[in-house]
Amino acid sequence: MRKMLAAVSRVLSGASQKPASRVLVASRNFANDATFEIKKCDLHRLEEGPPVTTVLTREDGLKYYRMMQTVRRMELKADQLYKQKIIRGFCHLCDGQEACCVGLEAGINPTDHLITAYRAHGFTFTRGLSVREILAELTGRKGGCAKGKGGSMHMYAKNFYGGNGIVGAQVPLGAGIALACKYNGKDEVCLTLYGDGAANQGQIFEAYNMAALWKLPCIFICENNRYGMGTSVERAAASTDYYKRGDFIPGLRVDGMDILCVREATRFAAAYCRSGKGPILMELQTYRYHGHSMSDPGVSYRTREEIQEVRSKSDPIMLLKDRMVNSNLASVEELKEIDVEVRKDLTLCCL
Amino acid sequence: MAAVSGLVRRPLRQVTVRDAINQGMDEELERDEKVFLLGEEVAQYDGAYKVSRGLWKKYGDKRIIDTPISEMGFAGIAVGAAMAGLRPICEFMTFNFSMQAIDQVINSAAKTYYMSGGLQSVPIVFRGPNGASAGVAAQHSQCFAAWYGHCPGLKVVSPWNSEDAKGLIKSAIRDNNPVVVLENELMYGVPFEFPPEAQSKDFLVPIGKAKIERQGTHITVVSHSRPVGHCLEAAAVLSKEGVECEVINMRTIRPMDMETIEASVMKTNHLVTVEGGWPQFGVGAEICARIMEGPAFNFLDAPAVRVTGADVPMPYAKILEDNSIPQVKDIIFAIKKTLNI
Repeated sequence: MRKMLAAVSRVLSGASQKPASRVLVASRNFANDATFEIKKCDLHRLEEGPPVTTVLTREDGLKYYRMMQTVRRMELKADQLYKQKIIRGFCHLCDGQEACCVGLEAGINPTDHLITAYRAHGFTFTRGLSVREILAELTGRKGGCAKGKGGSMHMYAKNFYGGNGIVGAQVPLGAGIALACKYNGKDEVCLTLYGDGAANQGQIFEAYNMAALWKLPCIFICENNRYGMGTSVERAAASTDYYKRGDFIPGLRVDGMDILCVREATRFAAAYCRSGKGPILMELQTYRYHGHSMSDPGVSYRTREEIQEVRSKSDPIMLLKDRMVNSNLASVEELKEIDVEVRKDLTLCCL
Repeated sequence: MAAVSGLVRRPLRQVTVRDAINQGMDEELERDEKVFLLGEEVAQYDGAYKVSRGLWKKYGDKRIIDTPISEMGFAGIAVGAAMAGLRPICEFMTFNFSMQAIDQVINSAAKTYYMSGGLQSVPIVFRGPNGASAGVAAQHSQCFAAWYGHCPGLKVVSPWNSEDAKGLIKSAIRDNNPVVVLENELMYGVPFEFPPEAQSKDFLVPIGKAKIERQGTHITVVSHSRPVGHCLEAAAVLSKEGVECEVINMRTIRPMDMETIEASVMKTNHLVTVEGGWPQFGVGAEICARIMEGPAFNFLDAPAVRVTGADVPMPYAKILEDNSIPQVKDIIFAIKKTLNI
């Protein structure tokens, strides 16, 4: 009886007390910010590129960490739900590419615009929809952001134009959104994303031409994860320098696994566009852990060793964590707590 | 003086279909600054068929945009601009070239409102000449009414005369859905009487409503675009023989005004459809299927007959071309066959 009462009281008091580790953490002195070196971007038709150092505040770092971890866990949950046949049809996951969606969002304003292809769950989240709305849509529920009528590839939010199923079609759409930005004269830009596979679509070159001709504030972004479905970049493109493929459009090649690199490059590109100089092209070099979609195990055209190597050396969440811990922006325990919270929120979401 | 002028009947204005479309676009450009026109040669050339004459001079580069020859690209750009809140008019020099861009029309424009659960509308107009012209041969003569009419999410209109043209382009521009406006090159230069109400800046022809151009009792003849004129000619000839045709100008392909057609068939008991496009899976096929499914079927005294373009790629030689589209004699023949006279 006594043991039971003690157990009950522990549970009850645990609900209202801060856990011990958090109390400990609050009393530690963290740095407010830290300066990091980031990789220099390869440039095309640009005299200067983004800076090679950047300042990360503790607040921003924690925010980015939580966001990336949320995207990661959400995608893994989607994997689970798909295998349980609760998600049907197409399901293209972006785990491994978290630094892209979170980093891009960090470099722009909520009033800017973004459009991408079908690997869109991460962007749907970073552009403002809740995990609940996204999972509800993926599972075909009325409470989904498109009332269950869109599914994985057709989720929309304010200033987020999906989620597009036809490879490459979103690129002229993005240039059109940029046209509207210029037409309205509001200093907004449009981030127009496509993959290394889509980069060979003809309509993209039509969009490049018109965007450059009319100086549209369009940031073309090639999310190069090395494989278009099962075809590696070497087997698909005569030139794999995707940042140069815009020819007359200046370009930069960015380390897409480093969120700070992505953020700085995005800030640079957005400033370029906002100054009225016209479009610019960013290639984000990144990697997806899953196959092309849930129906692709992802190991017939690449080796498990390659996947494992990226996971151990370049995982975007790990890279940010190491940076923050090593420069005293956060503690390992604190970040672990965020992991736990994210998992808990996700579980609650799925009830 | 006033009494005399009251007795003199002023003739109604004659306006060509081209000028009617031009007026409609001009008025809408003036009314709403979000409206703009883009396409090949629409600005400095005044339009490949001069439909946008004078608009660039009046509104400038921002609102009237010449594009490079990149249908897929500029149609996509137009759809994107519509998604972001502008109201583009996207011209295809002819609808044959829209095939290059058809993915943007269907997958990016037509389906988006539904796919997004009602969040993202696409207030765009795709317009241009459709169907047969004169001597332009197979790749430049296809009718797309059936292709676009097939797709949920699109509205498709097909004006015949000037009143149709002006009223429908204005309604299309004001509509928040993607609207395909199928014009006809051979009709551009044809003048029609413009009723006074059509001269108002708020004159609209509602999308989804057909017009009975000629009342009749013996047979219902349904058509759209240029063939409506041929039907009226056939009706005039037959009237002398005591056959009174009710000629219906569809005006809208999708959503189709079946009510008007059914009411007419229930009155006349006979139906002939007339279109310029190919017979298989065409507009007439759809009308006949729906008649069978609805109340009018029991009122038919004979099977419905379709008059269509010939089931061949459009030939070049004049005599072959003339015989590849419905002529007045073909319409008369079909009517007489249906009426068994």
